[in-house]
Amino acid sequence: MTIQILMPALSPTMEEGTLAKWMIKTGDAIKAGQVIAEIETDKATMEVEAVDEGVVSAILVPAGTAGVKVNAVIAEIVGEGAAPAPKAPAPFAAPAPLPAAAPAPAAMTAAPIQLPTPMAAAASGDRVKASPLAKRIAKSRGIDLSGLVGSGPNGRIILRDVENAKPGASPVRSPASAPAPALPAGGLIAPASLDQRIYSPDRFMVKPLDGMRRTVAKRLTESFMQVPHFPLTLDLVIDGLLAARARINAGAPEGVKVSVNDLLIKASAMALKAVPDANASYTDDGVILHRHADVAVAVAIEGGLITPVIFNAESKGLAAISAEMKDLAKRARDRKLKPQEYQGGTFSLSNLGMFGIKAFASIINQPQGMILSVGAGEERPIVKNGQLAVANVMTVTLTCDHRVVDGAIGAQWLAAFKTFVEAPETMLL
Amino acid sequence: MSTQFDLIVLGAGPGGYVTAIRAAQLGLKTAVVEREHLGGICLNWGCIPTKALLRTSELFYLMKHAGDFGLAVDNPRFDIEAVVKRSRKVAGQLSGGVGYLMKKHKITVIDGEARLEKAANAPRVIVKGKDGKETPFEAKHVIVATGARARTLPQAGLAPDGKAIWTYREAMVPKEMPKSLLVVGSGAIGIEFASFYRSLGADVTVVEMLDRILPAEDAEISALARKAFEKQGMAFRTETVVEKAGVVGDAVACVLKGKDGKTETLNVHRVIVAIGIIGNTEGLGLEACGAKIERGHVVVDGFGRTGAPGLYAIGDVTGPPWLAHKASHEGVICVETIAGLHTHALDVSRIPGCTYSHPQIASVGLTEDKAKAAGKKIKVGRFPFKGNGKAIALGEQEGLIKTIFDADSGELLGAHMIGAEVTELIQGYAIAKTLETTEAELMETIFPHPTLSEMMHEAVLDADGRVMHI
Repeated sequence: MTIQILMPALSPTMEEGTLAKWMIKTGDAIKAGQVIAEIETDKATMEVEAVDEGVVSAILVPAGTAGVKVNAVIAEIVGEGAAPAPKAPAPFAAPAPLPAAAPAPAAMTAAPIQLPTPMAAAASGDRVKASPLAKRIAKSRGIDLSGLVGSGPNGRIILRDVENAKPGASPVRSPASAPAPALPAGGLIAPASLDQRIYSPDRFMVKPLDGMRRTVAKRLTESFMQVPHFPLTLDLVIDGLLAARARINAGAPEGVKVSVNDLLIKASAMALKAVPDANASYTDDGVILHRHADVAVAVAIEGGLITPVIFNAESKGLAAISAEMKDLAKRARDRKLKPQEYQGGTFSLSNLGMFGIKAFASIINQPQGMILSVGAGEERPIVKNGQLAVANVMTVTLTCDHRVVDGAIGAQWLAAFKTFVEAPETMLL
Repeated sequence: MSTQFDLIVLGAGPGGYVTAIRAAQLGLKTAVVEREHLGGICLNWGCIPTKALLRTSELFYLMKHAGDFGLAVDNPRFDIEAVVKRSRKVAGQLSGGVGYLMKKHKITVIDGEARLEKAANAPRVIVKGKDGKETPFEAKHVIVATGARARTLPQAGLAPDGKAIWTYREAMVPKEMPKSLLVVGSGAIGIEFASFYRSLGADVTVVEMLDRILPAEDAEISALARKAFEKQGMAFRTETVVEKAGVVGDAVACVLKGKDGKTETLNVHRVIVAIGIIGNTEGLGLEACGAKIERGHVVVDGFGRTGAPGLYAIGDVTGPPWLAHKASHEGVICVETIAGLHTHALDVSRIPGCTYSHPQIASVGLTEDKAKAAGKKIKVGRFPFKGNGKAIALGEQEGLIKTIFDADSGELLGAHMIGAEVTELIQGYAIAKTLETTEAELMETIFPHPTLSEMMHEAVLDADGRVMHI
C-alpha cells in the first residue's frame, strides 16, 4: 500500500516551512528512523525521520521549495505488509526550540490524520480515576466525571459519587466552552475534610460546595497549574479617557451612560484586532487564532463570579456595549444568564478599580490566552517633560499564556491598548 | 492498671478485638472488657471449632470413598472424643493468639463483666471482676461489641437442657454420637451441624419454617443444596415448625406441624436448636445511657453510632447478618469514624456469606429473586462443576456457580455458589464488587488453569452468552 509522507509541524506555531533538502530519492528502500529530509522554519533546521518502512515511490515537493504548508503531502512510499495503524498526533512540547529528531514528524508521516475539533478534551494523561461501574453509569446518565469529586480510596470516583451527582449536571462551566481536562486525582488536590483532631469542629462551620464554587475552584486550579502564565504591568494616563467619557455622556441620548469599563472593553477589542496574534488559544492541534474580539467581563455575584461575554466587541459601538453590559451584569447577578452568554470569550477583563485595588494579576481564563486586570484610576504624580505633574493614572496588568502569547506580543497588545485608552479618538480610525 | 482510656470496647470477639487493634493502630489508648474468652464465640464456640469438626467429617467422607481414588481404607472409624478434643485444641490455640495480639498492640484487657453508667460525655464503664468487685473505668468513646446468643423456643418445649436439647454450644462438644438428630432451623449454623452429624452417620432431619432450606441463599442454590443433602440421606421438613417437644428418657419426642396443619411425631436422640440469635443487650444499662434497643438489638447508624454521646455498637449485637467478618468490618468503620478518618457506611451487599457443609455454599450480593424484586433488569450466568477439569480431578463434580449482573450497567449484583471449596472462591467476586468492576473487567481477567476459579470466569462469560466449556 501507499503511505503518504506529510509536511510535519515542527513547533506548535508552525504553519509552513521550507523543504530544504531530501536525503532520499525515488526507488530508495527506507527504514523507520532513517533521516529522510531537512526542513527549515524561521527558528531552526530540523531533520525528519521516517516512521514506516517501504520504498520511495514519489517525491512530490522538490528540495528548496519554500512555503510548504503543514500536512501537505511531500512524498509517497510503498509499504510492505499490512497497513500501519494510524497514529494519534503527538502532543507538542512547549514552544521552545525543538531538538533535532523531534518527535512530531513521527505522527505527521503516518497516514493523514483527522484533526480533532479544536480545543477538544485534552490528552490521555488526564486520567479520571473512577471505577468501571461509575464510568459506565456516568456515561449512561450524561454525567461528566471530571466534574465530580471521588469519595473512594485516593479520590477514586465510585458509584455512590455518580449517584449523588444530578443527571446531566455537568457543573456550570463559566466562560469557556472547552471541556477542561481533569486533574490527575480526579478532583482538586485538597483534603477531603479538615482534620478534626487539629481543627475542632466547634470552631468552624462548613458551607457546602455549590456548582459555582466547585467550578471556580476546579477551573482556576487547573489553569494556575497548567498554564505557564506571566504578568505584564503598565501605567496608563486616563485623563483623555475621562474627558472623552464626559463628552460622550453629555452628548448621548437619554438613558445612555457609558462607563470607564465600557470604554476599556472597546479599547481591549480594538487592541485585539490591532494585534491579532494576541487573540489566541493554545491547543495541542495548534494555536487557535480567533477572528473576533469576544471580551469576557468578570462580574462578581453572590457566591462567586461569572464572566458574561460581549461578542464581536470590535464592531460594536459604545452605546451598544454599555447597554449589553448592563443587561448581562444584571442577569448575571440574578443567575439568569444562558450558557451561550458566558461561554466562549476570547479574552477576559477583570476590574477591581471600584475597590481601590491598585494592581493585581488575574489567573488565565482557559482557553483564552490573556486576561487584563484593571486597577483603580487615581490621581498620581507623574513626570511630564522633566516636570512633576498630576494626572489620573490607572495600572493594568496583562496575564499571558506563554504557550501562545510571548512577552513581545503581550507588550505589543498593551502598547496598542495604551494608545486607545490614552487617546480614545484613535479608536475611530 | 490505668482506668482512663480513649476507647473501651465491650467484648473481645471478632468484632471487639479487631476494633481494638484498629484503634490502637490509630493511636487511641484502648482497652477491651471480656467476660469469658478472648476471641469470643467465633473463635471459641463458633466459626473456628466448627470448621475443625467439619474438616474431620470431610476427611471421614473421603475415607469412606477412598476406593474412588484408588486407595484402600478398610472400615473407617472415628473417636468422637478425639474429634472434639482436636476442635477444642484449635480454638484454644487461636484464643491464645488473640491474647498475644492484644499485648502486641498494647491494648489493656480487662477481665470481667461490664455495665454502663450515664456520665457527662461517654458512659462510664463499670467492670465486675471474677471476685465480684466493681471497678469504674472512663473513656472518651465506648463501643459495645457484646455479640449475641442462640435464640431458643421454650414455648415449644425446646428450652436447651444441655443434655438432649442442644444449642450450637453443646452440639460442638458431644460426649457421644447422637443416633438420630433433629435440627431446628436450616440457616448456616443448622446446616453445618446437620452436615457434620450426617457425615459421621447420624440420622438427621432438618425442620425449616420457610419453604426452602438456607432461605437467605438464592433459590436455585438452595434447591441444589437440598438435593445434595437428600442424596446423602438427610431428611427435610420445610414449611414446618416444632409445635411441641418433650424429653422422654434419653430421647426427645417432637411434634412437627406442617403448613397444612398436619402433625407428625418424631422421636429423636438429640435436638439442635438453630433458629437464629439475639443480641446480648441485657444488663448493660444501654437504654439508660440513651441507646435504643429494638427486637433484641442495639439500633445504630451505618457508622455504629447509637445517637447517645460517646456510645457506639457493632457486630451481632446490632443485628443481622450475624457474621464475624461483618462485625470486624463494622468495628473498623466505627473506630475510623471516631478517629476522624473518611469512612463509608457498611454496604451489606458486599458481605459474603459462607456455609461450610458438604457441599459448601457461598454467596455475595443479591439473589436472583431479590434482584428482580428490586426492579433490576438482569443477566444471569451459570457454570456447573461438571464442566470444570479441576473439579473432575478432585472428584467433586457436583455444584454450580451463578452470577447475576445488571443488564444495563454491567454491575455484578450477586454471585452464588455451591460445591467444593466455594467458600474460598467467593472473595473473588467480593473484590469485584468492592472495586465496582463490571462484567467487562471480569471477562478480561485471566484465571489460572486448572482451577475451580475458572468456573467463576465461565459463569461471567455465560451471563453474556459467551460461555466456553459447556
